[in-house]
Amino acid sequence: MQMHTDAQILMQDVSFTYDESASPALSHISAKIRQGEFVAVLGHNGSGKSTLAKLINALYIPGEGNVVVCGYDTKNEKLVWEIRRRAGMIFQNPDNQIVATVVKEDVAFGLENLGVPTEEMIPRIEQALSAVRMSKYADSAPHTLSGGQKQRVAIAGILAMEPSVIIADEATAMLDPSGRKEVLETIQMLNRSKGITVLWITHFMEEAALADRVLVVTDGKIQLEGTPAQVFDQVREMKEMHLDVPPMAALADDLRKEGMPLPGGILTVEDMVREVEKVLCPLKSAT
Amino acid sequence: MLNNITMGQYYPVDSTVHRLDPRMKLILTIIFIVAVFMSHSFVGYILLLGFLFFACKMSKVPFKLLLKGLRPLRMIIILTFLLNLFFTSGEDLWVSFWIVRIYREGFMQAVFYSLRLIFLVAGTSLLTLTTSPVALSDGIEMLMSPLKKIHFPAHELAMMMTIALRFIPTLLEETDKIMKAQTARGADFESGNLLVRAKAMVPLLVPLFVSAFRRAGDLAMAMESRCYHGGEGRTRLRVLKTTRNDWIALGIVTLLLALIILEGIYLKGVLF
Repeated sequence: MQMHTDAQILMQDVSFTYDESASPALSHISAKIRQGEFVAVLGHNGSGKSTLAKLINALYIPGEGNVVVCGYDTKNEKLVWEIRRRAGMIFQNPDNQIVATVVKEDVAFGLENLGVPTEEMIPRIEQALSAVRMSKYADSAPHTLSGGQKQRVAIAGILAMEPSVIIADEATAMLDPSGRKEVLETIQMLNRSKGITVLWITHFMEEAALADRVLVVTDGKIQLEGTPAQVFDQVREMKEMHLDVPPMAALADDLRKEGMPLPGGILTVEDMVREVEKVLCPLKSAT
Repeated sequence: MLNNITMGQYYPVDSTVHRLDPRMKLILTIIFIVAVFMSHSFVGYILLLGFLFFACKMSKVPFKLLLKGLRPLRMIIILTFLLNLFFTSGEDLWVSFWIVRIYREGFMQAVFYSLRLIFLVAGTSLLTLTTSPVALSDGIEMLMSPLKKIHFPAHELAMMMTIALRFIPTLLEETDKIMKAQTARGADFESGNLLVRAKAMVPLLVPLFVSAFRRAGDLAMAMESRCYHGGEGRTRLRVLKTTRNDWIALGIVTLLLALIILEGIYLKGVLF
C-alpha cells in the first residue's frame, strides 16, 4: 500500500520513547520533507535528532503517530525493506558501518541483500564508487582509508542501492576538517545532480548553514524551522537552546543591536562584507 | 604487535594457485592434511616436501614467508621433537648417559612428528597466503551449504568470519591506542612475572571489550539499515567457478595422496 503525498518524508505527530527511559526522546514531531530537498537537523547531543533519523529508516518504529517514507508507512513490517532500500543511512562512526574487507565488496553488501543479480551489481558498484570519487580504491582494504574516505565508501554502499533519500546521522562528527569537507561536498553534489533528498543531522552550524532548510531539535521537539537565514537570525532563541549560530550571524545580530541597519540572512564573511559595504559606502556598492 | 603472524595473512600476487577456486583449495588442503598423516616413511616425507616446494613455486609466495608462518609454532615443534626423542623407547640404542636414553626409533619418530607439524602448518599457511580471507569464508560457506538442510548456519558462520576479519585491524589499532592511553596513566604491561602481566591486561581488555560490544551494536544497526536479513534470497558479488586448473590441481594432490598410500603399503620399511 503506497500513499500519495507530495512529501517524501512525512512525520505526523510522532512520539518515541526508549524502553529504558521514562521521558520521551521525541514528542509530537510533525515534519514534511519534499523530494530533492537538503534538510539539516540541528541539535545537541541527546536532543533526539539521531532518534529522528532512525525513525525514518524504520530502525525504530514510532510509539505514536506515523512516519511515511516515499509513501510507505514504517509501521507496516512488510514494508521495512522497501523503506530501507529507498532511505539509506550513513552513521557517525565510519569504522562501524563497513562490513566487508574490500571496498567494492562493501559497496556490494546492500545489493547482495536485495538479491540483485551479479552481472547487474558490477556496473552499479562502479557507478556508485565513481560518484563518490573512490573508484581507484575499489580493491583497497577499508582500514587503510582515511575517515572521510570511509564515509564516502559508506555513501557509495547506499548509492548503489539507488535510494531516493540519504539520511546522514552526524556523518561528519568523527572526521577531521578536510574529511568533513569531502563528505559534505559529496552529499551536496549527489543532492544537486541526482536529486536525492538529504536529511543531514549535525551539530555543526556551518554545515546546517548550507542546507535548504533547517530543523532545530531540542528536548525532543522541533523548536525552530526555516531557511538557514531565517533560523540563524533568531540569535536569542538559539542561544536559549544553547546552540551557537554561525559567527557572522552573531556579529550581525550584535551590530544590529548597536544600531547598524543590517538586513537578516547574513551567514558568511562574504555576506557580511557586502552588507556592511552597502551600509557604510552606499555609493560604492551601487556602482 | 600481532603484525608478524603469517597465518591468515593474504599475500596478494596473481598466480595459478591464487586463482584456484577457494572451495577447491579447501578440499586440496584437506587431502594434503590426510596425506601428511598417512605418510610414515622418508619417501612419503620427500614427496610431501617436493609437493610443498612445487605448490610454493606455483603460488609465487616466497618460501621465506612460508617459513615465517612457522615461527609462532617453533616452541611446539621443538617440544614435540624433544619429547619424542627422549621418551620413545625402541631396540636400537644410540645414546645412553645418566637417565637419558635415545633410541634410533625415538629419533626417527621425533624427526617425523616435527616434520609432520611443519608440513601441516606450511600447507595450511599456503592456503591462507594464497586465498583472501573473504574468498576463504565464501568457500567455507559454499562447501557447507548442503548442511543448511539440517539447519546448520553456514551463511551466518561465513558472515561472522568476514566481520571478524574486517574488524581485526580496527581492534588492533584500538588495542594499541588503549595501551598507549593506559601507559600514559602509569600502567605497566611489560614487567613482572606472568601473573602480574596477566593482571596488567585487565585495564586493557575491559575497555576493548566494551568498545567491541558497542561496535557490534553499531554494525548490526548499519547492516540492518542496508537491508541485511540473513542469507535468504541473497546474491553474491563473487561467484565461485571451477576451471580446468582446479581439476588439474585436484589431480595432482590426489596423486600425491595415492602415492603416499601406495608407498606405505608396498615400500614400508624398505628404506627405513
